[in-house]
Amino acid sequence: MISRYVKAALCSAVLLSCPVQAADYVIDTKGGHASIDFRFKHLGISWITGEFKTFEGTFTYDASNLAGASVSVKIDPASIDTNLAERDKHLRGDKRLNVAKYPESRFTSTRVVPGPDGQFSIEGNLTLHGTTRPVVILAKTVGEGDDPWGSYRAGFEGTATINSEDFGFKLPPSNLVEMYLYLEGIRQ
Amino acid sequence: MMLNSDSSYGLIAIVLHWLMAVAIIGLFVLGLWMVDLDYYHPWYVSAPDIHRGIGVLVFLMLLLRLLMRILNPPPGPVPGIKAWERRTSVLVHWLMYGLMLVVPVAGYLITTADGRSVDVFGWFQVPATLTGIQHQEDVAGELHYLLAITLVALASLHTLAALKHHFLNRDATLRRMLGFSRSRAE
Repeated sequence: MISRYVKAALCSAVLLSCPVQAADYVIDTKGGHASIDFRFKHLGISWITGEFKTFEGTFTYDASNLAGASVSVKIDPASIDTNLAERDKHLRGDKRLNVAKYPESRFTSTRVVPGPDGQFSIEGNLTLHGTTRPVVILAKTVGEGDDPWGSYRAGFEGTATINSEDFGFKLPPSNLVEMYLYLEGIRQ
Repeated sequence: MMLNSDSSYGLIAIVLHWLMAVAIIGLFVLGLWMVDLDYYHPWYVSAPDIHRGIGVLVFLMLLLRLLMRILNPPPGPVPGIKAWERRTSVLVHWLMYGLMLVVPVAGYLITTADGRSVDVFGWFQVPATLTGIQHQEDVAGELHYLLAITLVALASLHTLAALKHHFLNRDATLRRMLGFSRSRAE
């Protein structure tokens, strides 16, 4: 029995026109049904919230085989939006994300581990600020089913906490950023 | 006294010239200093507030100055100025006017990129107009920086030329902008 992973690897390795698998999804950024939100502490007093507005990605998912799931997302870090243009300019600048030098960010899962109560951990590598570090996303399925327009959709939510210093930039006082992911995909 | 004559500057032109000279040099130094401040520096919030406020006031002074220039033209060149010097000075003056116009506009487009207005010391606010252009605050920021450097470079050339007229040519070019209407030793 050949696993989904091996099949996918073979398909991409030989670059043949493999038939699209029933459980391959494209994240619906076009329809605005996905968001990558975050928050980090302001002075330890309150939170600054924001999002990355531009990203794209795909995932593989089958409810009966969670361990075979995978996800890959490409993010434009210059699309950061914290609802204050001057702060966004600063966050894109060379003291923080330095988007001129590191114009692309990416998350690629390496392993999905099913957990209790329908939750699962998505282990993977996040590239941010030109630095790649392992990150674990705690996720769960929100729902899946036919949409009214002839497609099949599945949606997930997830959280992850990253330390900006691991990626080579400071975000005082704590350097901790909580990520909140809401990803809905359309089955291909 | 208040207005320019054929050979001398009036008080309005002199005050506007020196007030703007001091303010623009101050804005340049303040601007370079404030963008490198640590987030926890006591001036992190107030320095940009002051920069924005003075910037708007200098822009308004410029509009007044251009209006005055039309209504009450400046005196002609002092005697003995060569044609190329005259041409160059006219070119540099108008380049500086142009830059004094666009540098604050670029700065305004940074602050107002998301629709916020520019606050001038709590006296009044300049509302946003152009907003939401792709990466507006970044492009405007780059322009604000590069054009400000160009303006200060031209102002340095302008200063050197004034000093040259004063110390080498020993003519009235600088003195009449300081308010001494009569030329010396003639």
